Amino acid sequence: MSRTTADEPALVEVRDLKRVFDVSKPWLNRVIERAPRQFLKAVDGVSFEIRKGETFALVGESGSGKSTVARMVVGLLPPTAGTVTIDGVSMNDAAAAEERQRLRRRIQMIFQDPYASLNPRWRVGRIIAEPIRAFRLVDGEAAIEARVGDLLTLVGLHPADRVKFPHEFSGGQRQRIAIARALASDAEFIVCDEPTSALDVSVQAQILNLMRDLQERLGLTYLFISHNLAVVRHMASRIGVMYLGRLVEVSEGKSLFSAPRHPYTRMLLDAVPDVAMVGKAREAVKGEIPNPIAPPSGCTFHPRCPLVFDRCRLESPPVIDGVACHAVQAGRVAAA
Amino acid sequence: MPPEDAAPVLSVRDLTVEFVTRRGTLRALDRISFDVARGEVLGVVGESGAGKSVTGSAIIGLIDPPGRIAGGEVRLAGERIDDLPDEAMRKVRGKRIGMIFQDPLTSLNPLYRISEQLIETIQVHTDLDATQARARAIALLDEVGIPAPEKRIDSYPHQFSGGMRQRVVIALALCAEPEFIIADEPTTALDVSVQAQIIALIKTLCRERGTSVMLVTHDMGVIAETADRVAVMYAGRIAEIGPVRDVVKEPLHPYAQGLMGAIPSLEGETTRLVQIPGSMPRLSAIPSGCAFNPRCGQAFARCHVERPELVAVGDRKVACHLYDEPRRSGAGAEIAA
Repeated sequence: MSRTTADEPALVEVRDLKRVFDVSKPWLNRVIERAPRQFLKAVDGVSFEIRKGETFALVGESGSGKSTVARMVVGLLPPTAGTVTIDGVSMNDAAAAEERQRLRRRIQMIFQDPYASLNPRWRVGRIIAEPIRAFRLVDGEAAIEARVGDLLTLVGLHPADRVKFPHEFSGGQRQRIAIARALASDAEFIVCDEPTSALDVSVQAQILNLMRDLQERLGLTYLFISHNLAVVRHMASRIGVMYLGRLVEVSEGKSLFSAPRHPYTRMLLDAVPDVAMVGKAREAVKGEIPNPIAPPSGCTFHPRCPLVFDRCRLESPPVIDGVACHAVQAGRVAAA
Repeated sequence: MPPEDAAPVLSVRDLTVEFVTRRGTLRALDRISFDVARGEVLGVVGESGAGKSVTGSAIIGLIDPPGRIAGGEVRLAGERIDDLPDEAMRKVRGKRIGMIFQDPLTSLNPLYRISEQLIETIQVHTDLDATQARARAIALLDEVGIPAPEKRIDSYPHQFSGGMRQRVVIALALCAEPEFIIADEPTTALDVSVQAQIIALIKTLCRERGTSVMLVTHDMGVIAETADRVAVMYAGRIAEIGPVRDVVKEPLHPYAQGLMGAIPSLEGETTRLVQIPGSMPRLSAIPSGCAFNPRCGQAFARCHVERPELVAVGDRKVACHLYDEPRRSGAGAEIAA
């Protein structure tokens, strides 16, 4: 596989993205119990860019904020602060509303659960034709029908499947329908939020292969969200690792696995059970993700970090050269 | 390594489970046989619908109507348990066979403190009085790695994190010191870093207590790191069973080969994943002959008509005609051809 996207311009630019959720108790409870308002920083200052034609992956455990980032990138959730710029158009600047409307067609999303993301009362043909009709991409019923047939063929289904309902398909086939729907508007940038987590491994392999084939054929750009490091390694050209709402490391796909730098990345890689690890001993992982409502001070990973020193407890480390860690930046870690 | 010569703790022979429905009888398990030795972890893998969880439920006698055990037998330490009356089976369940399920929140009663649940279970299965039972509960929590157990024991389940809750469930399964534990997807609901801790815990408990475990999961990585032997299931049958190293590194059955190739790994090249065409058949439409034949690249005439039996190949057993000894040139195959 040779995918040279390094010199491509950035299609998506995310700068200092923040999202705070208000998780306070209702007003009356706050008054009676004298409880303060409570806020959860789901995403806390995340910056990255995605180059045209590449797959940028965000990995992290539950609660790390990766899905929240995905929702903000496509505009399903307004950010508390920070900007998302796609192909030069700001996703949150009111002045760019008209340009953004034109941009919408080029951005699509694939969700985790193909049982929930397809309308059970609509036939597959109508599901896939919806973006075509909404954006008025093709004129005439016959042309729409032909386009839907082409899309079904593209994702490995049969044009005749358009008259069926979603319940007549297996999980993997439903995910193919979701991909066909995403491609129906000639999308260029697809945000995939855990697209194979609900599928069995043999079906997961079919969908991952399909997504890679489509990327090569159509030059798609993916933002790929997953908790599965092996899947991410297989799909991504660049990877960002998230922990408690912050990006702790961004690196080229291969080097993240051969030379992880952030202590959290190392711990995560050590923890993943892998078929290549049969019969090998591994180091024990310490602790669990802290409560995001009251995250630790300084670097949020410091209570679990083997390299912790006094500065980590006080200051939150900035991302320098793709890694946010005081120990790495101070040269306290030998390169792996 | 488990001692090979000792009698198996659990022995399953030709176990068949059927579900009677209006549209006919569905066979969820079709004559499966395997043994689990003392202190051994047997992994059971397969995709959804392969029959992994039904195997566990059948062993502990929790198949509800319309399902029923239609044939075969289950022996625990040589003693038959599949035909025991309900009352006797209840004494086996929990006391001699422990259970750990996927979702720790549904295994614990949210309205009772951890202490009440543990002490009740201990007292049901042993003669200890309340004080002794409490001391034992604290010792168990300590053993499964819960910090400050004497304080945490009076908490409610919701006060624990997911990983800690699963530790409590493991402690609950250990209350009566069972010989055999069925762990059904024990780490599926957990994050990877916590999953690694739970896997390590299960391994330690097996080694130190000599408990045997049947670990049911869809995650080959978990099996590769935890199990001594592994059974690969497909459409209610065992396709291949053998030492985990052999089955993971060099699977023999074409389905096992496809399954291993389909798993993205953290090592090696990131080339195309192996793709098995199609998906697992529905129970109402299991193909004749070998259940895998429509998806198998190496199927030949005999595979369509004759079901392959598990045959020994080295240390393992494989149910595939490719590894059968050529018997009387397969009369059935010629008729079909």
